Formats: sequence, structure tokens, C-alpha cells
Amino acid sequence: MQLGTRKLLDRAFTALGFGSIAMMGLMLLVVLVPIVGNGIGAIVFRGTVEHRRMLYNEFHRGDAGRLKLELAESDAARSEVYGMLDRFEAEMAGMDAVRREEYRPKYEQVQGALRALLGPLPHDEAPALARLKYGQTRWDKAEERLHDLLFEKVWDYSNPDEMAKSYEVSRSAAFKGTSLVKLFPYVENNIDRLLQPRWTLYWGFITDSSIDAHFFGGVWPEIQGTLFLALGAMLFAFPLGVIAAVYFTEYARDGFLTSLLRSANSTLAGVPSIVFGLFGLTFFINTLKVSESKSVLAGSLTLALMILPTIIRSAEEAILAVPKTYKEASLGLGATKWHTIITVILPAALPGILTGGVISLGRAAGETAPIIFTAAVSVGSDIGLADVFSSPTQALSWNIYNLASEHEAAAEIRHVQYGMVLALISIVMLLNMTAIILRARISKKLKG
Amino acid sequence: MTPSPEATSSPNRSAREFYLPPERRKVEGGGVPHVSAKNFSIYYGEFEAVKKVSADIPAKYVTAIIGPSGCGKSTFLRSINRMNDLLPNCHTTGSLMFDGQDVYGKFTDEVLLRKKIGMVFQKPNPFPKSIFDNIAYGPRLHGIRDKKTLDGIVEKSLRKAALWDEVCDRLDKNALGMSGGQQQRLCFARTLAVEPEILLLDEPTSALDPKATAKIEDLIQELRGSYTIMIVTHNMQQASRISDSTMFFYEGRLVEHASTAQLFTNPKDQMTEDYITGRFS
Repeated sequence: MQLGTRKLLDRAFTALGFGSIAMMGLMLLVVLVPIVGNGIGAIVFRGTVEHRRMLYNEFHRGDAGRLKLELAESDAARSEVYGMLDRFEAEMAGMDAVRREEYRPKYEQVQGALRALLGPLPHDEAPALARLKYGQTRWDKAEERLHDLLFEKVWDYSNPDEMAKSYEVSRSAAFKGTSLVKLFPYVENNIDRLLQPRWTLYWGFITDSSIDAHFFGGVWPEIQGTLFLALGAMLFAFPLGVIAAVYFTEYARDGFLTSLLRSANSTLAGVPSIVFGLFGLTFFINTLKVSESKSVLAGSLTLALMILPTIIRSAEEAILAVPKTYKEASLGLGATKWHTIITVILPAALPGILTGGVISLGRAAGETAPIIFTAAVSVGSDIGLADVFSSPTQALSWNIYNLASEHEAAAEIRHVQYGMVLALISIVMLLNMTAIILRARISKKLKG
Repeated sequence: MTPSPEATSSPNRSAREFYLPPERRKVEGGGVPHVSAKNFSIYYGEFEAVKKVSADIPAKYVTAIIGPSGCGKSTFLRSINRMNDLLPNCHTTGSLMFDGQDVYGKFTDEVLLRKKIGMVFQKPNPFPKSIFDNIAYGPRLHGIRDKKTLDGIVEKSLRKAALWDEVCDRLDKNALGMSGGQQQRLCFARTLAVEPEILLLDEPTSALDPKATAKIEDLIQELRGSYTIMIVTHNMQQASRISDSTMFFYEGRLVEHASTAQLFTNPKDQMTEDYITGRFS
């Protein structure tokens, strides 16, 4: 090949390599930026006075004196709003029946929009659900609710050949000539006084339990459950996996049975996780009855089964990578095989074994399918370490799925879902980082 | 002492004489065979790597094993403390006795055997631990826990290996941070720390530069008389410099076993002569 062509080819390959790495980086950015951006939104946001009231009532946190002042100012503005409602109700009572029935549904819509924005109205009965006890706690959501109050969505069905179109009409137009017409500009102009938005750093998102199916509060039970499940899985899988790897590399003779076991291990690594989930249900819960029903224990066992092949394989690789000369040196000094494995081979293989272990730990933390049937619930009581043998738990992976698809008000609390995703990614990244640092430190110690 | 019939009937001379130049026969315990092989063969599967070797290795002398690559010299050396057990499909026939005990006997404890027959390998292979822990590995293995005793053993071993002055102030540093020559001497010290009777050296200087090689050779001279030393080497000058007797292996057979002086000046076998004069290698 000509020199020129060769150089050109080299350059082309270099460019291709750089290109693909840049592409990968870009993809990572495309994935991570919205997750991090939106996820942080669950912790740092403009909280309204309702948020602070909720925190004070439900978690007994916050500056009581300041809250009182804020509430007094907010109530002053609110009483104006509620006064307008009262006046309009009196006006409605004086109308003739036809006109009254015409206004009633529209008025009820206005009431509903105000409840969503500010919380229960003065004459309402005390609501049972926490989500109805408070108005909008987040300013971004409050702006949406304000829009709902000011404008009505109307559907245009006039053309039967096309899909119906929606357009928005100002509500104040519907109440033209009544006393209520003043309410809309008043709320719009005084929304800051009504809700008093303030930048808030809500660390409680990480450390609080949730209230009313994640409407308020944080995701601590999910984080705790994820840690319980993942660490529990490691507790079973790590020792078993390392022992199996030692057997494969140091004791097993090459034969039919060994190769059968090895290929069984590889096959196990390729089994879809949902199959592990169903197996966990039928085997650990229904057959072995490790617990009455779903429990952290059953989930951990199922996850352990799932990550076992990876741990065995990586430990095996790590042990095989230990120089044979270490083994020779130890045996040459009169050490037994067992002693050699414990004092020389395993310590030298430790960085590799740990890396495999932590990657598996991250996988166990992120898996959803194996815990659907064995451990996860979307809403449950908070559990402690003593309950792991009998109680199911919330877990980040499962609750992300739940909030994305099954929660009755998923659209209302997207920020919680993003926050959970960020928490899960952070946990996995933290684990991996720990592994990298640990590995580097041990390697450095081994290399001297 | 009369020579045993086997010894006299072997192509080599009597085990009692050991082909030693007279000035080297004064060592106490010399002249007694420490290891003796009889029709000893080693197989890798079907392949006969060492063929019916009969030889007596004198106690407390240095025996060099020379021969071209693949002649079975390392295999023979490693069979003496049963390091070949690590290889699958490796088996032996004939007998190999160490101190009157059958090395490959049914009831032989190879762990105990390796404690008595230490080995230093071609490439320096210190553990990735501190210098102290490297030396103390063997003694700890055999039940010595007392810190003071260990300190003593470590110092003694390092002094024997002529390494103490270089490393006494950094015993807690990782052994892999030392130079290749130091590492190899550390391996000597580590082996000496378990107080073996025999030292098997498998080309201990082939991975080292000339200066480090010279130090190792000095060390072997120092240890002569205290241990039975067997050294496999590719370097014939080295063999003639440091050994008392020399074995020449070719294609798995022991061609000639004689005192070093005799083997290098007046070889009996044409093949030996060809090899030591460099006609083939």
C-alpha cells in the first residue's frame, strides 16, 4: 500500500474513533442533562407559602414566627378573594332560576380551580386526603393552576371530518356583568401575595417519607428500600460467588461436569430479569415460604440469584489474572492450597473481585422486574431493619415505574419521579465511584 | 562406608565420592546423598520429559544442572519439591528419595516437604506485601506469631541474603518497589526464613542484569556449606564458577554427572563436550 494511502487511512480511523467517542458523549449528555435538571427540581424549587405550611403541619419543621407573618399577609389577600365569592353567591341567590343554573357549573369550575390553587375554601368541609388540604406548594405548578383559573378550555366539534380542536376562552368573559368578574384580575395581580413564592432548598426530599402517595414529602423509604434490597442481595451473592469462583479456578478439574457448570453459569447470566422475578415468587415465597408474602428478604434472595453469575464470572477472571508466580512462591514455602488462596490469591485478586461486586450491586439497586413480585410495593408503611424478614418495601426502581405509569395523579407529581430517577442514578454512580476509589487504593497498595 | 551396589552400577561414580575437588570435601555432612533419584521419569501426559534419571545429589554442596532449552532440567528440579503437582496430567515413575523418604510416596506430605525443600524461581516473585510480611510469610505459616521472634527471623534471613543493609529502614514498604536484583535476594531471604535443608534455584539470575547476577552468585557462595543447593542455569560460566558438581541434561536424559572441574575440563561424553564448547545450545 502506498505511504499516502496508509497515512490517509490512519487519519480516517482516528477521526472515526474521535467521532464515535464524541457521539457517545453527546448521547450521555442528552440523557443526563434532563434527568439531572428535572431531578434537581425536586429539591431546589420556588416553594409557596402552602409548601411551608405543609412542612410545618406534617413534619413540624420551619420558622413558626415567619410562617405566621406570611400566612397573615396571604390571608389578607385571600379574604378579599373569598369575599368576592360570597358576594357572587349572594348575587346568584337573587337571580332567576334559569340564569342561576346557567352560572352554577361555571361557578363550580371557578371554585375547583381556586381550591387547586389556594387549598380548601372557607366553607368547605375539612378534606381527608392530604393533597386536598393544601394549595399549590410549587410555584411552577401554581402558575399552571392560575392559567386554569383564568382560561377555560373549550372543544370545537363543528367539523365532523376532523378531530375536535381545543381553544381557550377567558373565564372573566363568562361572568361579564356580575360581581365575580373582578376576581380574575385580582387573583392574577395578587398571586404573589396569595402564595408568596420563595426559592426553597428542600433537602427533606431525600430524608422525609412521603405523604399521600408522594404528593408531599420525600423519597427516603424508597432510598432505604433500594439500599436494603441491594445490600441484602450482596450479602448472599458476594460470598457465594467468590467461593464458587475459587472452586472453578482452583479446585475444579477440567471435565464434562465443570464445563457444564460453567455454561450453566453463563446461561443464568442471560436469563431475563422478569423470569428471575417470577421464579423468586414461586420458589422463595410460595415454595420455601421465606415470608408470608412479599418481603425484603425474598427480594434480596431473588436479586442475589440474578447477580450471582456476574459475580462468579468477574471473580473468576480476577483470580485467573493473579500471577501464577505468587501461587508458586507460597506453595514453595510450604503453604497449603487453602492457605495460599486465603493469604495470597484472594488479596491479590481483591480489586477485580470488588469491581465485579460493586457493578453487580449497582445492577441490583436498579433492577425492577425481580422485585415486582417479591418485594416492592408502591405505598407502604416505613420499615426498619427489623422488618426486612417480613415486610415488603418501596424501592426507587419500582416507584419510578409506578409514578410513570400507574399513579392516579402522575402528571401532578412529575418532579417526584424525576427526583427519584436522580436519586437512583446518584446511588448507582456513588457505588461505582466507591468501587473505583477502593480499587485504585488497593491496587496502589499491591503495587507498592 | 562402602558404596551401595546401585551407586556403583550406575554410569556415574559412587555417590560417596561426589566428584568433588578435595578442597571442597571438608564441609560437614558432605558426601551423604541428600536427594537420590533412581530410574526417575516425569511424564506430561504421554510425553516423557525426564527419562529414567539416576543420580545422587550431595548434601551441603552446590549442584548445577545445565543443558539446552527443553532438556528437562527445570522439570527435574521442580519435581524435587513436587511443584510439578500444580500441572495437570503430570506423573512420575521410578523413585526419588529425599533424606531416605520417598518424595512421591503415598503418605508423603508435600506441604511439609516444601518447607524442607525451598525454591527460588526464575522471575523474582515477591508477594505484593511489605518486605517484612514477605519474609514473615513462611514463619507465620508455620505457626510463629510472636512479634519479637519474627523480627529476629526477618533480620537473620535478610542478613543471610545480604539485603539487610539495603532495606533495614524500609521493611514496611511494598516489596514490589525494590529493584529486580533486590527482589530476587528478597526471595532468597523469604525461602531461607523457613529454614529449609535444600535450596532449589530455577535460573535465579536469568532475569537480572550482570551486577545483580554477581550479587546473587556471591550469595550462593555464602550459602554453600549450610544448605544443599541445586541450581538450574543456562549460563555455563556461572555453573563453573559457583558449583561443586554439575549435571548435564539432554533431551530428558542425564548425560553426565561429574565434579564441575572435571565436567568442564575433561568431559566423558562427546555430547557434553559439544555443549560446553558451544557447538550446540
